[in-house]
Amino acid sequence: MDAFLAALTLRAGYNAALVAIGAGLLGFAAGLVGNFLFLRKRSLVGDAIAHATLPGVALAFLVMVALGGDGRNLAGLLAGSAATAGIGLLAVDWIARRTRLTEDAAIGAVLSAFFGFGVVLMTVIQTLPRGRQAGLESFLLGSTAGMLYLDALIIAGGGALCVSLALLLRRPMTMVSFDPGYAQSRGIDLRAIDLAMMGLVMAVTVVGLKLVGLVLIVALLIIPPAAARFWTDRSERMLWIAGAIGAASGYVGAALSASAPDLPTGPVIVLLCFALFCVSLLLAPERGLLATALRRRAYARALARRDGLLALASRRNLSQTARRVLLADGLIGANGAATPSGVREAALAARDERRWELARTLRDADPAIAAHDGVSPVEKALTADMIAEIDRRLAEG
Amino acid sequence: MTATATAREGVFASDPDSRPGPLVVSGLTVSYGRAPALIGVDLAIAPGSMTAIVGPNGAGKSTLLKAVIGVAPVVAGDIRVFGETLARVRDRVAYVPQRASVDWDFPARVIDVVTMGLYRELGPFGFVRRRHREAAMAHLDRVGMADFAQRQIGQLSGGQQQRVFLARALAQKADLYLLDEPLAGVDAATERAVVAVLHGLRAEGACIVAVHHDLATLRDYFDHVALINRRLVAQGPTAETLTAENLQRTYGGLLAGTQIGRIEIAYAARER
Ligand SMILES: Nc1ncnc2c1ncn2[C@@H]1O[C@H](COP(=O)(O)OP(=O)(O)OP(=O)(O)O)[C@@H](O)[C@H]1O
Ligand SMILES: [Mg+2]
Repeated sequence: MDAFLAALTLRAGYNAALVAIGAGLLGFAAGLVGNFLFLRKRSLVGDAIAHATLPGVALAFLVMVALGGDGRNLAGLLAGSAATAGIGLLAVDWIARRTRLTEDAAIGAVLSAFFGFGVVLMTVIQTLPRGRQAGLESFLLGSTAGMLYLDALIIAGGGALCVSLALLLRRPMTMVSFDPGYAQSRGIDLRAIDLAMMGLVMAVTVVGLKLVGLVLIVALLIIPPAAARFWTDRSERMLWIAGAIGAASGYVGAALSASAPDLPTGPVIVLLCFALFCVSLLLAPERGLLATALRRRAYARALARRDGLLALASRRNLSQTARRVLLADGLIGANGAATPSGVREAALAARDERRWELARTLRDADPAIAAHDGVSPVEKALTADMIAEIDRRLAEG
Repeated sequence: MTATATAREGVFASDPDSRPGPLVVSGLTVSYGRAPALIGVDLAIAPGSMTAIVGPNGAGKSTLLKAVIGVAPVVAGDIRVFGETLARVRDRVAYVPQRASVDWDFPARVIDVVTMGLYRELGPFGFVRRRHREAAMAHLDRVGMADFAQRQIGQLSGGQQQRVFLARALAQKADLYLLDEPLAGVDAATERAVVAVLHGLRAEGACIVAVHHDLATLRDYFDHVALINRRLVAQGPTAETLTAENLQRTYGGLLAGTQIGRIEIAYAARER
């Protein structure tokens, strides 16, 4: 616990601090970039790209060993992963455009083919004398163990670069995601924007490979925007929320994994991210399940209360639900008769209903009246002048 | 007035000493595959006019507008917008499609959609400032949708959504508006509001080209009309062009003679 707190507050050593900051930046970048991928409904392309990095890592290792190096240079491995990820991306794009296959079929084919090839190469590497200590398996699930200063710098720098590019391109990417036809009519080059988006996904994947691992990096692209969607109906806000969720998962996950080196970093970050997703799903005030259910219940209750008050006013029989609600609010007694406050409220409700009725016949084009929910008092929608006018007409009969 | 005569007028309109016509189409042929959707269409839109594109379903009306904004497969022909190719005057042309094919659950409010029309004004970093928001609100107000500014775009009725997309087009402050059936499926009050907006644009000097299906309101709303059915049948001022003969040639057996007769009688009665 102390180790975790130390890591969280950047006091666990210079390298660990840099790794935590790098992971935070990477998570931020993944949230931003993933946000556009999510809005464009192409999240799974990210998975194809991630899996297509494996043969690149293995090939880069083999090439570097063949050239006499020790094969563990991170920049070299990442360059290799970017190369095969790029080929995989182009393959998906080509299959989807040139054949009658849909993109998901293309993704499935490319993902499994590239990953299979990567696994074969990894098996070969295991048989080499150098291969066993190369630690290439860490690219599958990610790790912070044995990370060099330079490695952390690559992650932090790459993350920062992805963040700036994603922010710079956010308008055209949003427009292309919302209405591609319109974006095109305004002179936005659809193909260029889509390629830029995929390029950013590739960059985030490659930068995050060492830390999160290729199996789970796609989760860091998909989950933050999916969680952010529960919080807002505005794309601009969603972007920042997704970034924040990604950043928090990355930062805390890296700190946690630094304090318990046996935990693989990728799964820890992704689990944290998923926890934030669950919180959003349940508790987000805008579209969360709880808020939605509570709003529905409150509205149903208000309707029942209103219905009950109107029934009291006109001496009709109360429905079961109305009776329960009025009883709970102290508007009727146990015997079903109205309490003094019940009598008062019922009279008010009846007057309000008469006002609404007249308002509807007077100004049916007014959206404020048309949007009446059957519960709110007339004062909420109309000005005092209008109400006075309505009351005058009501008095005239 | 015959089609060729008007097309020639368009060529004259691009003389150096006169202002180039807003839209001149010559010999336009568009094909999506086998049968062409438009064949050899010549069209010249007069400056400051409001032109209806009229024709039966599948006549190529939408295709014509799409060809102008460069998203239909043009096989042959030439399209000049303000005397230039589209790429050079793109921002002076606003287009509202027949059916917006957008993701209705997209995290965007009505005002955000209208702000997209200001795309070119936002600057390289895309910051939406107060004056942009105010401009967007003014355009929404113009189409009578200001009260809905904060709604998520999917939470509107079809007619309301259409008006929001009109507001997005207005935000572009274009000189040529291409509207694909802006009055389809809207109620009488909305139709009046939209027509008032379009007439306002015309009064400000903009040029409007709109696909329109309702022959009964054509003369009231539009000063020019182009009848097409894969080929251009006729074009010119509404009063002269909208004859029973031209309608018959446009719709063929699709529009029963009696129906044309009824429209003629209605017009005659109104003019008396
Ligand atoms: N994307 C497309 N691919 C193939 N054919 C198309 C495509 N769009 C339109 N067409 C064909 O081109 C022809 C003209 O279509 P268009 O949409 O221009 O008709 P329209 O005049 O706008 O009809 P409507 O009144 O029904 O809107 C039709 O026969 C249609 O089937
Ligand atoms: Mg059409």
